[in-house]
Amino acid sequence: MTTITVNGRRHEVAASPDTPLLYVLRNDLELNGPKFGCGLAQCGACTVLIDGKPARSCSVTVSAAAKGAITTLEGLGTMEKLHPLQRAFIDEQACQCGYCSNGMIMAAKALLDGNPRPSEPEIKQALNAHLCRCASHNRIVRAVQRAAKEMA
Amino acid sequence: MKTDLSRRDFLKTGSALVISFSLAPELAFGQAKPAPLPGSLSNNRMLNAWLRVDADGTVTIFTGKIELGQGIGTALTQIAADELDVDLKRVKIVYGDTALTPNEGQTAGSQSVENSGTAVRFACAEARDILVNAAAAKLGVGAAALSVSDGTCTAGGKSVAYWDLVADADFKREASAKVKPKPSSEHKWVGKSILRRDIPKKMTGGAAYVQDVRLPGMVFGRVVRPPSPGAQLVSVDEAAVKRMPGVIAVVRDGSFIGVAAQREEQAIRARELLKKSAKWKESASLPPSGEALYEHLMTKAKSVDSVVNEKTSATAAPAAKTLNATYTRPFQVHGSIGPSCAVAQWRDGKLTVWTHSQGVFPLRGDLAQVFATDPANIHCIHAESAGCYGHNGADDVALDAALVARATGGRPVKLQWMRDDEFQWEPYGSAMVMKLSGGLDAQGNVASWTHEVWTHPHNNRPGARDGVNLLASWYLEKPSKAPTPADPPMPTGGGERNSVPLYDFPNQKVLKHFVPEMPMRTSALRTLGGYANVFALESFIDELALAAKADPVEFRLRHLKDPRAKAVIEAAAQRALWQPGAKGDGTRGRGFSFAKYKNLACYVALVADVEVDRASGKVRVTRAVAAVDAGQIVNPDGVVNQIEGGIIQSASWTLLEAVRYDRTRVTTRSWADYPILHFEDVPQVEVVLLNRPEERFLGVGEGSQGPAAAAIANAIFDATGVRLRSVPFTPERVKAALA
Repeated sequence: MTTITVNGRRHEVAASPDTPLLYVLRNDLELNGPKFGCGLAQCGACTVLIDGKPARSCSVTVSAAAKGAITTLEGLGTMEKLHPLQRAFIDEQACQCGYCSNGMIMAAKALLDGNPRPSEPEIKQALNAHLCRCASHNRIVRAVQRAAKEMA
Repeated sequence: MKTDLSRRDFLKTGSALVISFSLAPELAFGQAKPAPLPGSLSNNRMLNAWLRVDADGTVTIFTGKIELGQGIGTALTQIAADELDVDLKRVKIVYGDTALTPNEGQTAGSQSVENSGTAVRFACAEARDILVNAAAAKLGVGAAALSVSDGTCTAGGKSVAYWDLVADADFKREASAKVKPKPSSEHKWVGKSILRRDIPKKMTGGAAYVQDVRLPGMVFGRVVRPPSPGAQLVSVDEAAVKRMPGVIAVVRDGSFIGVAAQREEQAIRARELLKKSAKWKESASLPPSGEALYEHLMTKAKSVDSVVNEKTSATAAPAAKTLNATYTRPFQVHGSIGPSCAVAQWRDGKLTVWTHSQGVFPLRGDLAQVFATDPANIHCIHAESAGCYGHNGADDVALDAALVARATGGRPVKLQWMRDDEFQWEPYGSAMVMKLSGGLDAQGNVASWTHEVWTHPHNNRPGARDGVNLLASWYLEKPSKAPTPADPPMPTGGGERNSVPLYDFPNQKVLKHFVPEMPMRTSALRTLGGYANVFALESFIDELALAAKADPVEFRLRHLKDPRAKAVIEAAAQRALWQPGAKGDGTRGRGFSFAKYKNLACYVALVADVEVDRASGKVRVTRAVAAVDAGQIVNPDGVVNQIEGGIIQSASWTLLEAVRYDRTRVTTRSWADYPILHFEDVPQVEVVLLNRPEERFLGVGEGSQGPAAAAIANAIFDATGVRLRSVPFTPERVKAALA
């Protein structure tokens, strides 16, 4: 049994300690936000925040993650009470398929937490290691700018 | 997604106008083919196949197409709401489901709005007419006296709503398509950038994808693919894996190996151990790579040769000057960010599959062949996944899941490919060679044009006539036969798609060398041959313009008659402030291009600006401006999203992408082996829409892919004076070309 804190709640999970965090979040906690994309920390689709810092949950073990507070996309906001980033991604229609959006939003959250008014190059730099295949990049940048404005 | 297993309940809704839908009335043998109806109505002729009105105040649209992030669900409901005169909020949509929706084949070829949208439009117009007549009868007034607002029909102070007419209006009849859809001036929803209905749940962690399907008792599957195409399994230590924690079943059938486990990470570990212990017999079956590949395609591979198009003029001036150029494109991947995934469950000999296949009906047919069962015993249900851009592993993984699920005692299996499965085993976009030749007359006009294309197949999807197009089926103890590779015929074409110039040349000849043998499995990648043919054609037009000392925009315009083609070219040039005679400065340059996708769908003209770092050879596309005519536009932002995404994805293909392999194995296994465009290299994109509300829909999803490649090549030439004819324009290649 490993105890992890996700979105402010403690969970006991019956996964072996070396299990990648991603599978615990998706399958034990039934969270849909983090996605399996590559399993190699190359694409960013599985990104969560651990103690506020972006982490690739496919490549962090559940035992390592247990030491911090984990935040997933679900922890930012809900359909009824959207986080400004979620609302901005909807308003800017900042996706096609949306499979990478989880990673984009989580990385943007970490960026805005440390730098509330990032420049366009700073946004691109923060997201540069996140892959988007539908090529919604410019919309994603606009959504982050929009959220930053709203949160200011 | 906590999916209710009994979707039949959906059909049983007692209060529905339509209890179940019927397919086209069966035709007696020898009876003449029925008259064509608009769009997909032709093959799905019953009105109740397309829509249902419920007593709860909702309308449900049934489409055989699927949502793959292109926004089709939103566009179709906009069309329905307008024709029915109901608020958009009342309209629900059901996508491809072999038990519920019409069979519209594949969601491909930028045809969803053209085919499904047209069918929905005519079906809803006719349904409104039926409803209004039923309302008139009920109220005892003439139908013409009624006005309709959000489904409520009113005349002389009396009113009745669609939802009260469920028993009176009968949609169980063949569509006539005789009720004229509304003129665009009366549209309330069509033409507006309505926010997409699928996005909010995707941004909040809602159940949006097949990966989010969770069923009672569900277990996790993984597949162990061979190390190389055609490899045969010699041995594998199944016993050791069966002892691993959580492992429920190891499935070995011929050279197919799959595994099911209680937990996903257990299935992944079991896959790793199976990979380690498996011994395979491999053969060097792959073609040469690099330049040798193209030589092989043109001279060594067996081809079926045909004349695609030929036009001769006895009166045209002879060519005073002739140019020749050869262009190439390598094998490229779809590269979905989410590897392919499916959920499968067997119960009492019946199979249910949740799939992101682009064609649930063709998939069902192929699965039925593999399992030697009646298609009626298989239910394929669409569930979205990551964007696919064509035929990726979606169908193959559905069979993998179904094979593994046979060994789990009725428990459903969710099986997702690992990243290397997707890179090594998805069908690729074909490598191609395009050899062009053009003659200019004394006035500098094109007097003659030839375009020869060498290509592997571009359409090896399920649903073929003579075999099964599912990967695992070819590796089973009793393998299925792979179908004879076919290429879609013109006018859309496969490998020759967009090879016939839209320009008006007096003499032209287009030849196709179709190479059916596939050492690398190929199938539909966004645009099929369109990307490579437009890249070649639109690069070569610039080469001829240069030889004719003409401005590329003026040169294109003077060879075009189609006013809509001219209009997009002029609009793009105008928005980008195109300067005739302007020249690149050695590092910065600008290029133009144009195409009408398939010569049948949307018109796109494009200007690309590039910066070339001469020291490293790195090319950056800094800005792209596109002008688009897609006929009547249903959702402007949806069109912009497709065009913009197409340009950036094409820039990635054009600058960076090629599958790596040796003579035996594909060596592209992860994103490290297959770089794609990142944020810092993405161009700014501007899209100008030329809406034509009185024209029919023209598909838009693939329209910018080809033009973007050619505009980049033309811009690099403008910047540097060097003509690049082999995609991708990697820094190494560009540096070598500049040296």
